Amino acid sequence: MFVAQSSPFLKPALSVSKMMLVVTLALIPGIITSTWVFGFGVLVNIVLAIIFALGFEALMLYLRKRPIKVYLNDKSALLTAVLLGLALPPLAPWWLTLVGIFFAIVIAKHLYGGLGYNPFNPAMAAYAILLISFPAEMTTLWPSPSMLAGHESVNFLQTLNFQLFNQLPPSVTLDAISYATPLDVVRTSVINGLASISEIEETGKTFGMLGGLGTEWVNLAFLAGGLFLLKKGVIQWHIPLSLLATLGFFSLLFGSFELDSNPSPLFQLFSGATMLGAFFIATDPVTAATTPKGRIIYGAGIGLLIYIIRTWGGYPDAIAFSVLIMNMCVPMLDYYTQPRVYGHNDRDQQP
Amino acid sequence: MLWGILALIALAAFFGLLLGLAAIVFKVESSPVVEQIDALLPQTQCGQCSFAGCRPYAEAIAAGEAPINLCPPGGEKTVQALADLLDVDVLPLEEDEVLEGPVVAVIIEDTCIGCTLCIQACPVDAIVGAAKQMHTVIESECTGCELCVAPCPVDCIEMIPVKKTISNWRWPEPQYDVNNEQAANIFTTIEKVLAESTHP
Amino acid sequence: MSVSQQLQGIWPFPGGIKLDGKKSLSCQTVINHAELPRELEIPLSQHIGHPAEAVVKVGDSVKKGQLIGHAKGFVSAPVHASSSGIVTAIEERLVPHPSGLPALCVIIDTDGYDHWYDCTALIAKNDAEHNGLNALSAEQITGKVAEAGIVGLGGALYPSAAKLQTARKKDSDTLIINAAECEPYITCDDALMRNRPEEIILGILLIKKVVGAERCLIGIEDNKPEAWQALLDTIQGYQRASHEHDKQSIEIIQVPTRYPAGGEKQLIQVLTGREVPSQGLPMDIGIICHNITTAAAVYQAVYRGEPLVSRIVTITGGAIKKPQNMEVAIGTSIREVLDQAGWHKERVDKIIMGGPMMGFALPSIDVPVTKATNCILVSEPGELPTPPPAMPCIRCARCADSCPMSLLPQQMYWYAKARELEKVQDYNIFDCIECGCCSYSCPSNIPLVQYFRYAKNEIWDDERERNKANLARERHEFRQERLEKAKKAKQEAARLRKEKLAKKKAEDKKNAAAAKDGGSKSDNKPASSHADLIAEAIARSKAKKAQQQALKKNTENLTEAQQKQVNEANERRKKS
Repeated sequence: MFVAQSSPFLKPALSVSKMMLVVTLALIPGIITSTWVFGFGVLVNIVLAIIFALGFEALMLYLRKRPIKVYLNDKSALLTAVLLGLALPPLAPWWLTLVGIFFAIVIAKHLYGGLGYNPFNPAMAAYAILLISFPAEMTTLWPSPSMLAGHESVNFLQTLNFQLFNQLPPSVTLDAISYATPLDVVRTSVINGLASISEIEETGKTFGMLGGLGTEWVNLAFLAGGLFLLKKGVIQWHIPLSLLATLGFFSLLFGSFELDSNPSPLFQLFSGATMLGAFFIATDPVTAATTPKGRIIYGAGIGLLIYIIRTWGGYPDAIAFSVLIMNMCVPMLDYYTQPRVYGHNDRDQQP
Repeated sequence: MLWGILALIALAAFFGLLLGLAAIVFKVESSPVVEQIDALLPQTQCGQCSFAGCRPYAEAIAAGEAPINLCPPGGEKTVQALADLLDVDVLPLEEDEVLEGPVVAVIIEDTCIGCTLCIQACPVDAIVGAAKQMHTVIESECTGCELCVAPCPVDCIEMIPVKKTISNWRWPEPQYDVNNEQAANIFTTIEKVLAESTHP
Repeated sequence: MSVSQQLQGIWPFPGGIKLDGKKSLSCQTVINHAELPRELEIPLSQHIGHPAEAVVKVGDSVKKGQLIGHAKGFVSAPVHASSSGIVTAIEERLVPHPSGLPALCVIIDTDGYDHWYDCTALIAKNDAEHNGLNALSAEQITGKVAEAGIVGLGGALYPSAAKLQTARKKDSDTLIINAAECEPYITCDDALMRNRPEEIILGILLIKKVVGAERCLIGIEDNKPEAWQALLDTIQGYQRASHEHDKQSIEIIQVPTRYPAGGEKQLIQVLTGREVPSQGLPMDIGIICHNITTAAAVYQAVYRGEPLVSRIVTITGGAIKKPQNMEVAIGTSIREVLDQAGWHKERVDKIIMGGPMMGFALPSIDVPVTKATNCILVSEPGELPTPPPAMPCIRCARCADSCPMSLLPQQMYWYAKARELEKVQDYNIFDCIECGCCSYSCPSNIPLVQYFRYAKNEIWDDERERNKANLARERHEFRQERLEKAKKAKQEAARLRKEKLAKKKAEDKKNAAAAKDGGSKSDNKPASSHADLIAEAIARSKAKKAQQQALKKNTENLTEAQQKQVNEANERRKKS
């Protein structure tokens, strides 16, 4: 029996598995920097997240009667786990990771149909749920960065002990090792009129050279990873560029009116999870817009929402909410930004 | 209280009037449902649905007297289309035997006695010939309804599948999806066979 | 002739992909000649449109270049014997086609002499310094092109004469010669340009004359500098030789190497910045596009009188010992060609006709080389691996990014898979050129091109079925009407008869009454006449019935066997 196999016969350039792997690898500089700045909690989070994610993924694939090996090998669960692990506060207790991963893999991904069918970015959906459900754990468990003067730190085993069993060494208090993130400080201080930007600057605990103290290094590392992805052609330039440009533009615009109550554009770009969001989260192929114009609007929308929520919203960082809100707009964006097909007039578009 | 009731009545009357007007002004002229159903039927006029032709079956469906799954020549595609049109559930085809592609009637010329019975039976006038003369099926007009087979006194009509040629060959739907392990297996065996057949 | 040596007028097309050309494998200056096989198998349909009709019989002796199948209809092309010999069969044989189905072929047992049929050239080559060319009329050239069975040799296979005639009517201002050859592995056009630049340029001038175009652009990918140089030198040679008054402008433009730059629509866009309207033809925007190989074939037909009986084929791939370009007689079995080129039989993985992006896997190697065969690609394991089963679409839109037509393959795939054919059409599936960029870029290994081919086929099938159903409905309704009319006519006749009868009766009554009045004793006459009438009617109807039966059944002068068959059939009918 002869069965026609359709052209092309050339080997595809890239596989899903390789794509996810390259993205994960590009996160490594960020992971290392993060660990250097915030301690071993980052690594513990990531490892726990990966274990839970692969477990839930396998379970769901089994329940949905899908080939487990093939789908585990696509490494999408791995990437989701690493992203969520990086987004969680480094001193997060193990159950927080478990709940987050459960929500990401089981609810946000598989209940929507699995790989390729989820409308919302699983890692960000989980992050948002955790932030709403456990606001205290999600905001107070940030350890002070290693470059902070007079900083106290805990070693690997102590971190593990805290995250798994909620036990700290007797001489150490949580307050002593944790700090309020720069974004948090700026938001609470400026909104409540407690301090101006220059006053915060004087404390020396919040601002670094570019952005937030500590987080600027992490952001730089993610930026490097992102540029690597761009160079490799794994992601396209549209989303990161429009996101960063919009965020920078609006912080410049508003910052130029009231210098003392608005942090500089550089601070916005190099604090919190900006670079992680711009290059690794907003570019998630499944949930982002697909047309070139759509991608630019999508990225710009996220950038704008980040600025709005950071400045006037109720949460210090805004990547998760911004991405989720723009995820909702994707079908509409894709529909209205279809490129003009060769040989067609502009008008006979939009089926 | 009274004013309230009056106001509501007035509003109701106003909107009722508005809706009534809208129904007249914006009336959508749609072809009668019988026409739409008839358009979806394959027009073989074979009567396998137990009605006298496609049109009567369409009328019966429109009147709610017949289910949508009585048309074997149309196959599942037609059932699906009818279900979509009438917004009802898809029913499995009544017929057990699944048609293996389209067929046409062919008259074996040696045997034909020129009785004209098949000509009378053909619902689409696809058989030409006269009394005592040999009959022939016009292949392009034949719907494959088989209605001419039974009346033939000498059994000289055969239904033969339409020959597959390069011009009517079609690309098959791709089957090898990772979710369909069986299909994936079939694909690998096909690959093997293919490899063997092309190897010298 | 004005010649431009610089890159000019390059309008890039969207999408496309960079591919490893693999052209150095088979790229040599020499074109080898394949040996004449013992048997030629020449398909009657090697073009788009109606298959040619055989004009030879089994046992006929034919010579090289002799017509063996004549064109049937406007969009059709004749087929010629590619060597001398005897026709041994006209039968269905396996042909190179993705379906693996057979088609009608003329089989010729070659005699080895390779005698040419009497072929008359329109002009001699030494007369070519434009005087000869000027003496020719466009009709003469088109006629010769039609006679020679030339079809679009770039892969479209559309009869060239039909295209030329239509283009002539439409006043095309630009002739584009496609020399891009963008598919990996293939180098047959490259070899042709390096070896026979003069033939190509003369062929182009002929086509240009027919079309009446003011300018001619040759588009060539910038990975073929030798071929470009060869053509350029030839053009400059003619420029120096030609008179001032008949300056012919042929420009040769190097386009960036990016697949599918050789797609007709893409090349037009790159060279002119114009877009062929959707569902339209290049002629609609004043452009006609021909392949460089077609131009060479036109030269051969006009200057040598030779029909298209051979073509240059690239034999390449990892399993070929000496990848090369060969001039092969049409109808030669691919097995023989491979044997001559030498191949590692144990290392063969796939055998593909055409390039790896748009070619198709051959069902067998015992199929003939046809006018369409530009390349035979024999890959070794790992070279062109079968992709693993398709994963779900992750909507990464790499397909859309690479689509040279700016389509949205991910949406079309979605709807094609769900069989929502109207939606697929809304997303402009019929603008898809099946170049394979989307499938190549898909990280989920989804066979997108096949989905689109499948969807297009289904849409065509649905339309055909709809048309057929409409025809059947019309015929059925017509028949119903006819039967109705016949019925009415019958009733009318019956009514008339009745009236007549009634009249007669009345008259009879009258007569009877008159008789009565006359005092006759025939009292019971009306009654008796009534009974007579009935008896008469019965007899009449019986006779008519008998007559009708005799007419209908026609079962009298049957042989015993026939009678038996009839009886058996009657038995069967009774039972059922």
